[in-house]
Amino acid sequence: MSYDKRFDGRKFDETRPMEAKAGVIPRAVGSGWFKIGNTEAYAAVYGPREMFPKFMQDPQKGVLRCNYNMMPFSSGGERVRPGPSRRSKEISFVMERALRPVVDLTEFPNAVVDVFIELPQTDAGTRCAGICAASIALADAGIPMKDMVCAISAGRVIDKMIIDLNYEEDSHEDGVDIPIAMLHNSKQISLLQMDGELSVEQLKTAMKMVEKACEQIFEVQKAALKKKFEVQ
Amino acid sequence: MGEIVVKEKDVVVPGETLATGMDFLPSFGTYREGDKILASRLGLVNVEGKVIKLVPLSGVYHPKRGDTIIGFVREILLAGWRVDTNSAYSAVLGLKDASPEFIARGADLTKYFEIGDYIMAKIINVTSQNLVDLTLNGPGLRKLTGGRKIMVNANKVPRIIGKQGSMVSMIKDFTNCRILVGQNGVVWISGEDPAKELLAVETIKKIERESHLSGLTDAIKAFLEQHKDGITVPSDN
Amino acid sequence: MHEELRNEIISLLSKQVRLDGRKPDQYRNISIETGVSKNAEGSARVKIGETEVIAGVKMEVMTPYPDTPDQGSLMVNVELYPMSSPEFESGPPDSYSIELARVTDRGIRESKCIDTKKLCIKEGEKAWTVVIDVCTMNDSGNLFDAISLAATAALKSAVFPTFDGEKIDYKHKTDKKIPLNKLPVTVTVFKYGNHLMIDPTNEEDKIYDSRLTVSVLENGNICSLQKGGNEAVTQDDAIRMIELAREKSKELRKHI
Repeated sequence: MSYDKRFDGRKFDETRPMEAKAGVIPRAVGSGWFKIGNTEAYAAVYGPREMFPKFMQDPQKGVLRCNYNMMPFSSGGERVRPGPSRRSKEISFVMERALRPVVDLTEFPNAVVDVFIELPQTDAGTRCAGICAASIALADAGIPMKDMVCAISAGRVIDKMIIDLNYEEDSHEDGVDIPIAMLHNSKQISLLQMDGELSVEQLKTAMKMVEKACEQIFEVQKAALKKKFEVQ
Repeated sequence: MGEIVVKEKDVVVPGETLATGMDFLPSFGTYREGDKILASRLGLVNVEGKVIKLVPLSGVYHPKRGDTIIGFVREILLAGWRVDTNSAYSAVLGLKDASPEFIARGADLTKYFEIGDYIMAKIINVTSQNLVDLTLNGPGLRKLTGGRKIMVNANKVPRIIGKQGSMVSMIKDFTNCRILVGQNGVVWISGEDPAKELLAVETIKKIERESHLSGLTDAIKAFLEQHKDGITVPSDN
Repeated sequence: MHEELRNEIISLLSKQVRLDGRKPDQYRNISIETGVSKNAEGSARVKIGETEVIAGVKMEVMTPYPDTPDQGSLMVNVELYPMSSPEFESGPPDSYSIELARVTDRGIRESKCIDTKKLCIKEGEKAWTVVIDVCTMNDSGNLFDAISLAATAALKSAVFPTFDGEKIDYKHKTDKKIPLNKLPVTVTVFKYGNHLMIDPTNEEDKIYDSRLTVSVLENGNICSLQKGGNEAVTQDDAIRMIELAREKSKELRKHI
């Protein structure tokens, strides 16, 4: 058996179309929107602001706190019961870790920077889309950041390495999904997860595919931020 | 050797390359990595000689010593009042700094300021943990009554005030309103005519939106002249 | 604490104007877009000024309740997302969000806009459940009206998913709409002193004396009421508020 043609006809190294916007939530300090294929993520940043509960405050620097959530009607199947699940909590933690290496919160001891990620529509690749939106939102909020973070899934379906898996590919019985986040300049990895069997060579291929896709993502993020301040 | 690869007033994103070579000095909002200078936040490029810095376009207010701010009383403490500063850090106005008259400990502090009262105060100290101290002893510093308050992006306050206060004076003249601008992005406006008060509000919001564009002073003057009788219909719904 | 702002608002209302220059009975710009979430059976994004909410409809097949074996069911849920306001926190719903959800639910349920008998598939065994979730994206005041409008618009655009008798295929939606009659439109009227207003901004949304949320049907009858706020109202004022709601509902109805 061989994965000769992708379900949606894309080339193996072709991502789905991407779009982004900045400043979409007026009440937030900063916000972003990122869409890749049919997966859509909003991110809103509040902060630095006073942190509750107080025992979680850090006197050395501000705390970055992410909250990832899928809207109840967002998935391709049944309704998702509202409220945090173990999955959404885990995704929130890995998203925090994906963004922490670039943000500098030393000027904000005892404060918190809250990032809320909400998805109205999903078709796999949600944590990556969330990270891309969150990067835009953090930059829009004026948070000191040394680089932008770009994220996308690479993977294997049967015998082919592909970039940007959709839901069908992600749920394929002989498939591996590898979400990766990279700092744009250094291409260092800040999020790496994988489920399934893969050779080390295949993993290296996946990383190279993600590196290339990250350039595309950065251009989309940059354009969204610049567009917000364009001459009217 | 080396060159600047962006233009003055370009909007740049975190991590974007601003200059190459060792000739230039990174300042606010930028950092050096190897032989490149990169942006360390979202901002507007500003080059002065060999120094490259960014003018921030967004971000929550950060309390600084010497700033004059407008805040409101959140809590009555044993020896003073806790004041909301529109930032991540609340401030304390102590007994000895609240009034030219002597206030004894144990006095009824609500006689001076109650919860919800707005004050214009000066920051006299900010510690390393960002604990903030305020004083009301100084020209123009006092409790504010009446009027309305709007919140603006604290980064835009210099443009709203203008050189030597020229911008805010122009707005005051046209609208006949008293206007006080806090460095923390809280603006207090008080006028007799609601239509002129609204004109002051809309003008300030316009400066906030267009602060990074050139020709701002002329654009604002034209806007004020166009609406010199005040605004009765909202400018955007 | 907000005494001064309240006095300013009342003084402006006596001159028939508000903080942002609108008239007391003037809505901000309203826009409705349906089909914004492709996976939902129906969805709508509503903007009133900068207030933005998204509603989505999902349908499931359940066993009917024993006392209504020939009926399906309807549920309306409201999520106040922390991303939409610095004042909302993560965690279990507070009294405001519970009230919002229940008032929206009643407005739709009591209008009988869905005949739950028409949701029955096989009496006593299978019936459809319709769940409407309304999520706030940005709170710039007047969530009550935005949320109700979005729920109604999403419901109006909703279609059944394919059901073969055993399993639901959400990926392939039919073009059969949920049978609806009598769509309700909700208007919340706010009272400041002797003055009435609608569509408050954030500042106006906090310090009113009382409010009345009114759901109005096309024939002008009302199908649901909820009074809020800490002040009592005279009977005449309650009627005045209902009349204003009925009048403004015609304007809102044009959008759905």
